[in-house]
Amino acid sequence: MTEILDILLSANFWAASLRIATPLIFGVIGALICERAGVLNLGIEGIFTAGAMAGWMAVWLGAGLWGGVLVAAMAGAFFGLIHAILTVPLGLSQHVSGIGVTLFATSLSYFIYRTALPDVSSPPRIEAFQPLDIPVLSELPFIGPALFQQTPLTFLALILVALTAYVLYRTPLGLAIQAVGDNPAAVESQGLSVYALRIGTVVAGSAIMALGGAFLTMSAFDAFFFGMVNGRGWICIALTVFASWRPGKALIGALLFGAFDAFQVRLQTEVGSFVPGQVFLMMPYLLSIAALIVVARRADYPRALLVPYFRGQR
Amino acid sequence: MIRFEPRGPASLRRMLAVTIAAAVAALVLAAIPIAFAGLSVFDAYGLMVKGAFGSLFAFTEMLTRAAPLILTGLAAAVAFRARLWNIGAEGQLYAGALAAVAVGTGLISGPSLVLIPAVMIAGALAGGLVMLGPTLLKTRLGVDEVVTTLLLNFVILLFVQMMLEGPMKDPMGMGWPQSEPILDEAALPKLMDRMRIHWGLVVALAASLGVYFLLKRTVWGFEIRAVGENASAARHAGIPVTATFVRVGLLSGALAGLAGVGEVAGLKGYLTADLSPGFGYSGIVVAMLAGLSPVGVVLAALFIASIFVGADSMSRATGVSNYLADLIVAMALLCVLVSGLFLRFRIRLVGDHKSRETAE
Repeated sequence: MTEILDILLSANFWAASLRIATPLIFGVIGALICERAGVLNLGIEGIFTAGAMAGWMAVWLGAGLWGGVLVAAMAGAFFGLIHAILTVPLGLSQHVSGIGVTLFATSLSYFIYRTALPDVSSPPRIEAFQPLDIPVLSELPFIGPALFQQTPLTFLALILVALTAYVLYRTPLGLAIQAVGDNPAAVESQGLSVYALRIGTVVAGSAIMALGGAFLTMSAFDAFFFGMVNGRGWICIALTVFASWRPGKALIGALLFGAFDAFQVRLQTEVGSFVPGQVFLMMPYLLSIAALIVVARRADYPRALLVPYFRGQR
Repeated sequence: MIRFEPRGPASLRRMLAVTIAAAVAALVLAAIPIAFAGLSVFDAYGLMVKGAFGSLFAFTEMLTRAAPLILTGLAAAVAFRARLWNIGAEGQLYAGALAAVAVGTGLISGPSLVLIPAVMIAGALAGGLVMLGPTLLKTRLGVDEVVTTLLLNFVILLFVQMMLEGPMKDPMGMGWPQSEPILDEAALPKLMDRMRIHWGLVVALAASLGVYFLLKRTVWGFEIRAVGENASAARHAGIPVTATFVRVGLLSGALAGLAGVGEVAGLKGYLTADLSPGFGYSGIVVAMLAGLSPVGVVLAALFIASIFVGADSMSRATGVSNYLADLIVAMALLCVLVSGLFLRFRIRLVGDHKSRETAE
């Protein structure tokens, strides 16, 4: 028991939780706004990979860290645009298009990486983002090292949560996005374009998802590995349902998830000799499934999610 | 303005033409990455065709690769027919392979006549049971099966790794995480001397005919199609929707499980954690290319298999990354998705003022 308490009382543990949560925050926020507009984006897993690869490669080619972030977002927007065109004006299956975009984005990223770097035994490294000490706050005892010594992308993720909540609930654009995911015909009758709103939202959401991938290669690690996304995108889709499509709950969900993951990694060092490592590695996926089961009964999906809308349809 | 006018059911000829056009479109688009890799497009495709069809060995390798793709393609096709989104064939394949190894490495002994069916049943059962979970979660609790099946792929692969490093590790395996070899009596026989092609292909073809017959000629098949077209209407018509989902889930998982059996008991002889290069995911592409038709799945699997085997061979000859194959397959999925529009709609370019008229 004391071991568990020791873990929970270390600033290091809370810092790790926030670090693990960061890519998920980007992913859930991105998935959430796509779904709020009525489009399920299963391209997320591939968009993570594309963001991770494109951002890393841009930095490696000398674009600078923020240049890399921008390139990652543009890569995400590109694949988001493909998904948006296929599912919104063309009204094709969101499931199949999303899987297609994931396969396409993943294989294209791997192909470009392999073509640019044909024979490397160990992946080349970049100078990744360093933790940023927020003046004053980072010097607070416990809270400082726990929360305020993170890399800039973590702070960007937190700002993005607040910004998404503000836009979604306090601006006409946000209300229109919500409406287009619930009742597109009503939006059209207001003289707004359902297509433009949905396409724009999916592109923006996909750009945000890609930042989650960029965090992996530019903050969490400093290189690109095959298979490094490892289901994080799918976990975000599950967390989106768990968060009932609300930015604030998405943040809480991602943090809980990060805390659980950080906790089990630390627990592993205590009991690792009795339990195979794979059991711990399974936990994030099983936890995601559990999260889905918990909320399944009361999940309040956006009403027009998965439903294509054709102009002039009443 | 582009206008979509709905059209009646497409003829078989039109479906074939549109699908082939989609496959060709994917190959044409693939010229961009090939050129990016600094290779002549014609050389690349020449090498790919040679790699998949250039010799008896190449051709049998292609057929060997097609066998698991037929089975995972059927797994996706039968599930998607009922709109049960099983994206978990990859995990179900591994579950089937694991069960085959558990049964086929000495748990029971006997002649091939006993062991081969036992291994196949075990694999099919394991795959089916893995899919039963997400299916029941969907029908009982309304949990979205897309995400649960996707997440289970990772769980099962980790479970396989755990077993291969633990209780099922081959003590004679020089420390590698691999299972003991399958008994000779449990191995699927080869179809030809000195080639790797094995009876898994026959199993896959039989499964394709079986699924065709099930969908076309049986009450269960009719119910599957009815549920897929409109689940709530089917429920009103007295069709047991929940039972249909469960049957489809079991069948779909079992087919993917059989793909895993073929790979260990027919090809590799033992299980490793890198048994499948994504057969489960490619199966989705196969099913979509086939228009979810069980017979079409065979043709689509041959196409996808020749891309994989051809690209592998081209990659060895030129050093161009064989991720090109995955790229072509992914583009084929997107192309065939778009091509579906040409089956369902007559697509017309019309004057702007006319289109406004229809919108008002």
